[in-house]
Amino acid sequence: MSELETFREEVRQWLEANAPQALRGRRNDPAAVPWGGRNPRYAYPESADWLERMAGRGWTAPTWPKEYGGGGLSREHERVLHQELARLELPPGLTGFGLSMIGPTLLQYGTEEQKREHLPKITGGKIRWCQGYSEPDSGSDLASLQTAAVRDGDEFVINGQKIWTSGADLADWIFMLVRTDSSGKKQAGITFILVDMDDPGVEVRPIRLISGASPFCETFFRDVRAPVGNVIGEPGDGWTVAKALLGHERSMIGGMAAPRVSLPELAAEYLGRDEQGRIADPVLRHRVAQSEMDALSFQLTVQRNADSLAAGHQPGPESSMFKYYGTELNMRREQLMLSIRDQQALGWEGDGYSEEELLQTRAWLRSRANSIEGGTSEIQLNIISKRVLGLPG
Amino acid sequence: MKLVLDPAQAMLAKTAADFAAKQQPVERLRALRDARDELGYTPSVWSAMADLGWTGIPFREDDGGLGMGMAEVVLITESLGRGLAPEPYLSAVVLAGGLVSALGSEAQRAAWLAPTIDGSKRLALAQHDEGTRFDPATCLSSAVSDGDGWRLSGRKAHVIDGFAADAYVVVARTSGEQHDRDGISLFLVPADRAGVEVTRQWRVDSRNAAQVHFADVALSRDDLLGELGEGLQPLEEAIDRATVALCGEMLGLMREAFERTIEYLKTRQQFGVAIGSFQALQHRAAEQFVEIELCKSVVMAAARSLDEVGGEGGEPERRSRAVAQVSNAKARCSDAVILVTNEALQMHGGVGMTDEYDIGLFMKRARVCELTFGDAAFHRDRFAAARGF
Ligand SMILES: Cc1cc2nc3c(=O)[nH]c(=O)nc-3n(C[C@H](O)[C@H](O)[C@H](O)COP(=O)(O)OP(=O)(O)OC[C@H]3O[C@@H](n4cnc5c(N)ncnc54)[C@H](O)[C@@H]3O)c2cc1C
Repeated sequence: MSELETFREEVRQWLEANAPQALRGRRNDPAAVPWGGRNPRYAYPESADWLERMAGRGWTAPTWPKEYGGGGLSREHERVLHQELARLELPPGLTGFGLSMIGPTLLQYGTEEQKREHLPKITGGKIRWCQGYSEPDSGSDLASLQTAAVRDGDEFVINGQKIWTSGADLADWIFMLVRTDSSGKKQAGITFILVDMDDPGVEVRPIRLISGASPFCETFFRDVRAPVGNVIGEPGDGWTVAKALLGHERSMIGGMAAPRVSLPELAAEYLGRDEQGRIADPVLRHRVAQSEMDALSFQLTVQRNADSLAAGHQPGPESSMFKYYGTELNMRREQLMLSIRDQQALGWEGDGYSEEELLQTRAWLRSRANSIEGGTSEIQLNIISKRVLGLPG
Repeated sequence: MKLVLDPAQAMLAKTAADFAAKQQPVERLRALRDARDELGYTPSVWSAMADLGWTGIPFREDDGGLGMGMAEVVLITESLGRGLAPEPYLSAVVLAGGLVSALGSEAQRAAWLAPTIDGSKRLALAQHDEGTRFDPATCLSSAVSDGDGWRLSGRKAHVIDGFAADAYVVVARTSGEQHDRDGISLFLVPADRAGVEVTRQWRVDSRNAAQVHFADVALSRDDLLGELGEGLQPLEEAIDRATVALCGEMLGLMREAFERTIEYLKTRQQFGVAIGSFQALQHRAAEQFVEIELCKSVVMAAARSLDEVGGEGGEPERRSRAVAQVSNAKARCSDAVILVTNEALQMHGGVGMTDEYDIGLFMKRARVCELTFGDAAFHRDRFAAARGF
């Protein structure tokens, strides 16, 4: 048996022994994935135990080094782990911006001290993070941001406002971009800093989304203090770190294209099958095929990119391509699921709709943000045309 | 399956690209077209390709080939596609040669594979019956049993590189109804056999194509290629390989057309600036870039999945996974090659519409590729069937 298959066997046995029954089959239920934090919330009580067991093996961050609470696995091993989790339809142990955004950035740019301080708290689900980039007047034009940080001894004093801060009302720490110098080009003078949101100068006001949920907030800073040691990279050189993090964020958002449900099965359930066993409605069958083929092509491109990096090729600005295509794909698929479920996809709450159907309505509405958050689709196309194709202007 | 070239493949890709560039194929194609050349390609270039060993790539070593697979074939066709090279690689080597390699008797292989590999003789596949749409299971031509042999009648059209071929692999029904999967047989028929009539077809891409009519042609046992009545499965497999080879060509074609367009966007000035600074054009260019990146992945994946199935059928599950990859590649490349060449023409403005400018030649060949071996809609439906829905 190959080493990978031995590992698969080990994972299987471990999952059989450790995965809570209550969570099996809950992979597609967003509520079943905990975000951790100082005051964690669990829709299913078993999630707390599941998180602890997964974190204990380093499998909340499978590829991070073991010394920071990761699993020390290769990409291939990580893939096996995900396949085995999917086989039992298990949710991951933990999710969040710590794992997907600030963690990878710290691994790249953090000092040893910063890594030892923050990474284990991320993998263990002890601290929940949010992202303070956007401001009311600085969205796509992020580098124009104005939230100011002024040095006072060993600390920075921060004043200003962030907006669209996802999960700020539930987060413990925020990684944010602040202006420490406004004399030069707008990209210069930006500093990347970590701030504990326990500071009394931080005020958070949730904003309601079209899906009815309130996952993002306005975040105000009044004389908030953070030690100079919380700066990642050099003060004034935060734009480099900020872009690296956007790369991780875009890969993550693009990666959300991994399907929640099988479209062909969903279509067969709602539309029935003909005598040959094919989806009975030929037009929708065709659209399902198109969507599945787009997803396959995208997944092959992600794999080709990974194989090419593993073979020693240099990474380019590909994350923009993945962000763009992955999100557009996901949004098309959500809309197609509405077409498949027909009027049953239009419920808001109450009788007449299954739990899945009500989730569908909200998921579709939420998906509309995919092409906005993390840099809009138009901005990704700008990046491709300028940085990849070298077009002028 | 690793979606990256190994060092030997990277070397082959480079040799192929250099060779293709050196042969100045676009100008050659134009010259052949203007001369109304019946052959439609350049015999000296074809034999140079044989000298490089390319014509032997997919054949077994004991047949004199190099024993490589589709992963290598697509590197060759991609280079040929970049320059619209009209040489008959797809038809002679991948399609008809592939069938003789898979099904041929000792005698048939000895008679036809060595000359195919050294470039001295040329095979073509006569599959498409006049008046039908693409579907390998549809067969109007028939071979009726007659003593120890058969008599073949049928009217084939759009035979790729069918003019001046030395022999044809002919698809004909020996039993069953028009759309039955059983009862289709393959025959290997020399072009000089009595009753074979070949007419050159002139198509929009200026490449070699022909109508091949069989009027009561006498066939013997020795002409049968493979098992009687069981030709459809190997035929479909050969067409799958040729489809992926064609996807390689489309990839090369769209990359070249796109790069030429990007160059034009950087140099053509209007309103005092390069037209490439207009965001309306930038975003469309960026979308094409993404489509081309996806095409690179699907072509690699399709070639590798066919190589994993191996010859002679393979286990059914692998085979249907490979079919899904092939159809995915053909649908994607068909759509992308049309998008990219249409956009290329548009972004060149008026000059793009002129015969003197090359971009139109790319668009014309793109259409032929799109409609050869089934268009995107055909392959989306075939993908769905292979995936069980
Ligand atoms: C659900 C959700 C969660 C979010 N979470 C966070 C978070 O946690 N932290 C955070 O910091 N931010 C977050 N954001 C903010 C997000 O990053 C911004 O909304 C985004 O960058 C766009 O900025 P904007 O909203 O100001 O739109 P604008 O920049 O005003 O854009 C408006 C429109 O103009 C277009 N446009 C702008 N500039 C150009 C250009 N140069 N060329 C072509 N078109 C252009 C845009 O594409 C868009 O269509 C979140 C957003 C959403 C929707």
